[in-house]
Amino acid sequence: MRLTLLLDMAADGFGDRVLAGRRTGGMTAAELARRSHSGAALLRERAADALVYLDVNGPAFPVALFAAARAGVPLVPLNYRLGPRQLDALLARHPKAVGIAAQGSLACFEQAGLEAMTASAWLERTRDDNGEGGGGEADGGSVGDEENPVAVVIYTSGTTSEPKGVLLRHENLVSYVLGSVEFASAGETEAALVSVPPYHIAAVANVITNLYAGRRTLVLEAFTPAEWLRAVREERVTTAMVVPTMLARIIDSAEDRSVPTLRSLSYGGAPMPAALIERALREWAGVGFVNAYGLTETSSTVALLAPEDHRAAVESDDPAVRARLSSVGRPLPGVELEIRGPGGDVLGAGQAGRICVRGDQVSAEYAGLGRAVDDRGFFDTRDEGYLDAGGYLFVSGRADDTIIRGGENIAPAEIEDVLLRHPAVLDAVVFGVPDQEWGQRIEAAVVARPEAGVDPAELREFTLRALRSSKTPDRFWLVDALPRTETGKLRRREVPGLVARRER
Amino acid sequence: MAVKFRAGQQLVSAVDSTAVIVIRAPAADGALTCGGVPMAAPDQPPAPAEPDPSLMGGTQIGKRYVDEADTIQVLCTKAGQGTLALDGQPLVIQAAKPLPASD
Repeated sequence: MRLTLLLDMAADGFGDRVLAGRRTGGMTAAELARRSHSGAALLRERAADALVYLDVNGPAFPVALFAAARAGVPLVPLNYRLGPRQLDALLARHPKAVGIAAQGSLACFEQAGLEAMTASAWLERTRDDNGEGGGGEADGGSVGDEENPVAVVIYTSGTTSEPKGVLLRHENLVSYVLGSVEFASAGETEAALVSVPPYHIAAVANVITNLYAGRRTLVLEAFTPAEWLRAVREERVTTAMVVPTMLARIIDSAEDRSVPTLRSLSYGGAPMPAALIERALREWAGVGFVNAYGLTETSSTVALLAPEDHRAAVESDDPAVRARLSSVGRPLPGVELEIRGPGGDVLGAGQAGRICVRGDQVSAEYAGLGRAVDDRGFFDTRDEGYLDAGGYLFVSGRADDTIIRGGENIAPAEIEDVLLRHPAVLDAVVFGVPDQEWGQRIEAAVVARPEAGVDPAELREFTLRALRSSKTPDRFWLVDALPRTETGKLRRREVPGLVARRER
Repeated sequence: MAVKFRAGQQLVSAVDSTAVIVIRAPAADGALTCGGVPMAAPDQPPAPAEPDPSLMGGTQIGKRYVDEADTIQVLCTKAGQGTLALDGQPLVIQAAKPLPASD
């Protein structure tokens, strides 16, 4: 099953519908299909082994994704904020690639001996009437001979190690779409606003799921709260996805925060502080919230907390049901999920361990390393968590981030969640520091809200009221900002260095 | 003409434009027909044939079709006029259980 099957179905089923860009003048499903043929012909002519995309999101991105899919070569979206050395190292892994890049980045490709063009040049060359490389409908869509080629390579952000290339094959992505989206289920007036960059799995998933649903997508090239709110109102956006740091900035912004047409807002990509989602639910009572949990390696979402789950949690008197507001919901129908103990044994409800998943959408495959699955086909996410009695998944954090203090395993997220409830705290991170007595001791770095004073002694008291003393940080650092990726993930590795510099 | 099914297998009709992809394959071999005539792989398309006029209920793109015993599930990728059937038993549209958008 190829991704192009989904595009051809869309072109066949609702070819005239605008799928990308503004309602008038945007790109229709039929146009996207024609352009994918022209783009694939161009890639075959160059004997390209990959199509690298190094630019902000825009209409060139879906064309690139499906042109590469039709040519049977992977699309490789790269982070446009990478430094030249990191970029050179990644380009070297794709020696016969063709590139689509911002004007200022074309030189990087030239130095690497690769052909590259801007997004507007790509759109010009894939115009259906351009004729370059035959284009049009002449090509029946034949692809490379490989049975199930790689559709997308996404380099992990490398918050804890060197970037690894995650390989998503056509089968993984098609299985994800067929397992979670109903064909043509979106109404004519639905529109999705995309604010994650193209090298994030959610941006790739967004293109293919909205295409299959028949939902128009709009792209916010550079996220600011004001731009996001303006786009939602002006373009009458009905569906949007944000990462928690974006939601925090929107909810905190002094702009007009009304979103009259918004019906569904999904969030994911990093842990959502409980205090923040509670505020968002109060702010936008008419919006259905969706918490999505997934990894690049799992082709996006594997579990989700649906709008009705959010409502049930808020309205319930049962503490177990209320707690589900902090869960990521239940696994998708096509995904099997197990919690494993240290010896690999499957744990029951309420027992915390490693989250492992299996399913056709789970790639778990890395360039040069192969598939990281056990003999039963399960992928260890390296996330810690547990399932409650109703099958709701609670994620406590990355296994690598766990602090071991005096033999007790402590998830930083639990303490961070408490700190983020303090009215003067804007952002917080909790980390382990080597300690002679305890093995590790707990320290925290916090960012105060503008014009709010934060007293470390008071923060300590505040934490102690909510948690045991063994989970209360021994030291609080006040910092101006925390190191985060553009998509809101904390770069925890950098935090000890950040506070060490303050000490000098 | 019973065949072995596998998930991901694509089949095209001999009587109309209908094309399907197997989502869930039954354990047993079987004959999938459209308009009463066996379907075949797209790279070995069946010779055009006359349909059984009583089996022209139509297929809809994007719909999932299942048999009564729920042993097979196919996704219609191209619409047509024929009726899908497994071993003579007509397939029916499976009701959608949509999930909220999460990307």
